[in-house]
Amino acid sequence: MAAQAFDEMYGLTGHEPRPSYRAIADWLNQTDHADLSTQQQAAETIFRKLGITFAVYGDEDAEERIIPFDITPRVLAAKEWSRLEAGLIQRVTAINAFLTDIYGKREILSAGILPPELILANPQFRVAMTTIRPPHDIWAHICGIDMVRTGPDDFFVLEDNARTPSGVSYMLENREAMQRLFPDLFAQHRVRPVESYPDMLLAMMRSSAPKGAGDDPCCAILTPGQFNSAFYEHSFLADHIGVELVEGNDLQVIDRKLFMRTTEGMKRVDVLYRRVDDDFLDPLMFRPDSILGVPGLMDAYAAGNITIVNAPGTGIADDKAIYSYMPEIVRFYTGKDAILPNVQTFRCREPEDLAYVLDHLPELVVKLVDGSGGYGMLVGPRSTKDEIETFRQQIIASPQRYIAQPTLALSTCPTLVEEGIAPRHVDLRPFILTGSNGTHIVPGGLTRVALKEGSLVVNSSQGGGTKDTWVLAEDELPVDADNGKEG
Amino acid sequence: MLSRTASSLYWIGRHIERADFVARLVEAALQFELLPQAMGSDDWASAVASSAGSDRFLASGQETNRANVIAFLAFDPTNPASIVSCMDKARSDARAIRTAITRECFETLNEAHLAMKGQVRRGKAGHIQEFIDWIKTIARSFEGAMHRTMLRNDSLWFLRLGGAIERADNTARLLDVKYHCLLPQGQQVGGMHDQAQWTALLRSVSAVTAYRWIYRDGLKPWLVADLMILRKEMPRSLAACVDEASAMLGCLRQDGGRTGAADRQARKMQTQLAKLDVEDVIQSGLHEFLEEFLADNNRLGFAVSDQFLF
Repeated sequence: MAAQAFDEMYGLTGHEPRPSYRAIADWLNQTDHADLSTQQQAAETIFRKLGITFAVYGDEDAEERIIPFDITPRVLAAKEWSRLEAGLIQRVTAINAFLTDIYGKREILSAGILPPELILANPQFRVAMTTIRPPHDIWAHICGIDMVRTGPDDFFVLEDNARTPSGVSYMLENREAMQRLFPDLFAQHRVRPVESYPDMLLAMMRSSAPKGAGDDPCCAILTPGQFNSAFYEHSFLADHIGVELVEGNDLQVIDRKLFMRTTEGMKRVDVLYRRVDDDFLDPLMFRPDSILGVPGLMDAYAAGNITIVNAPGTGIADDKAIYSYMPEIVRFYTGKDAILPNVQTFRCREPEDLAYVLDHLPELVVKLVDGSGGYGMLVGPRSTKDEIETFRQQIIASPQRYIAQPTLALSTCPTLVEEGIAPRHVDLRPFILTGSNGTHIVPGGLTRVALKEGSLVVNSSQGGGTKDTWVLAEDELPVDADNGKEG
Repeated sequence: MLSRTASSLYWIGRHIERADFVARLVEAALQFELLPQAMGSDDWASAVASSAGSDRFLASGQETNRANVIAFLAFDPTNPASIVSCMDKARSDARAIRTAITRECFETLNEAHLAMKGQVRRGKAGHIQEFIDWIKTIARSFEGAMHRTMLRNDSLWFLRLGGAIERADNTARLLDVKYHCLLPQGQQVGGMHDQAQWTALLRSVSAVTAYRWIYRDGLKPWLVADLMILRKEMPRSLAACVDEASAMLGCLRQDGGRTGAADRQARKMQTQLAKLDVEDVIQSGLHEFLEEFLADNNRLGFAVSDQFLF
């Protein structure tokens, strides 16, 4: 499998680096493996000291781990990125139109494009949202679209994340660490900056405030608290955009308006970027046992007094059963074919697809439609017979819960491992922001890498690492390779 | 500022101060043990008493000796006033509100947290003095980071307010445990044992030299009391701590914070201390005075949480 994969640096066949990687290849050839390892350790020490950690559920000993960071960057040429960018904006535009439609007029169901039960009986469909219009009709303010690559021009969307995608803090910290460790490399490339993300995020939030909020809307980030696996990111973002990081206990709804308790009294909140799942947002509306949310929040939302980022109910758009219809959804709302294709997907809910899936389990990847984080999935080629048989029984028991995809030859990227530099499979999660000020993307995203040889699972909870992602400002390198060498 | 953030800052201030103080208590007891006047378990019992942990320690049924008291004061995670508990709570609070303190402040506590396991292991293996020195260094690094890097705004005021209230509490407890030897009764005044006790008391708050500079006199019990209670030059005196707490409340007021019972309570304590003369305090009962001060200081703590909606 690994032998056939497209390599980001060397392409499909050659030993000659692709143009965008030329300087990186020189650097890797000229630098001692031990030096690279030392630098890598330096980076990890920085991360640990700063407390850039995440928690893994169900693993008490490792309450706080750092995500392994790989120092060889993943490079995207200007042309490659501009196509991705157009495709991502198209896809997110369609997702927002889709959400407005299914919680509103449901034209897509009238047109017979989606089976109605897939929407209306979906556990991610929030009936409450059929009577609420989010300010500016924006639902998925922040999307993380997971991309994979199999060839020079073959990028596929693997997964849409329209709830509360995480990882953007790693994108920013990885860049900072790389710039600190290898300033010379940046001097040899024209890497487009990602540092503007916090400003873009704040501008998006302010532009999304309810109309009555005035010129200076008050924004805040809602976190489940410091024991949440992504707490570091929540506090990182609050710090970088300069807003309060609040917990449910800090908030109170009075007269259908949201307030936070401060040392100067109660302060009105207009925009709440919540990193708490729908289920826990408001115990009066969703789970009554939730202590993470705010009683009455949905009532304030219905009154139009608050913007919730992302809106409740966006989970329906990243449901894996809906995913398989995304090409049709994009065409329906934008009138054009999707620029970024899906990975071929078999819907186990349909008898023909189910039969095919059950016949070909050893070569497929099977996923729960509502699973995430790499949990509840089967990677056929890397599973034992017993594991496949156990999974087969689960699929037969409730086929509507599963989809299957062919095992893709994910592209590889040179990665520093114990034996030296070796190819490892990668994916890419760019972050797309939508406010009433338009849809914007920072050039880059989070590249995740499966550190185990041959592994295709990049999730950090399953031993994946991350890389800095470089989008080059232009395809030709401004400095030729000789000038870059140490004199 | 969020009330929860203010509360965390205040408690970081208190816990760092307490960790430093308990480290000093252990150090003072260790040093005292080396003197010919050492009284064995009594000295260790008074260290426990100064940390306000007597009830808890006695309830555990352990013998009062060097090993048990050190384990209790330094390493016992079930003792809320132990050094490891205080450091753990301070770091946990810092993590929860890390946006309110600077990177330097957070890193100090986070690095301490990462190194704690190893330091505790070495401390338990007989290198207790190293552990104490390390804790004192952490407290100084944190305060240094705080003074050098934090904005002069409400975050800093709450940290320092917590530190001041905790420090007043600690000084008063330290004096209260030793008050009997500051009184001219029992042994002859200035007896060898008392002399050593005063020196130990002063040394535990790094004030032996301060005493010499201020009084240019031999150790006199009433002067030790004067230094620790009324002298504003002495950073740990009750008067200096109450002034600091009051000043921090003033800064919060200026920055638009709420005013109320805490401001009144701090003013009341300041006025009372200003009227006092050390002779009066000793005549009318040092122990009673300190008990009343501790109660007043507690009331100040509660008033702070009420006033800022903690």
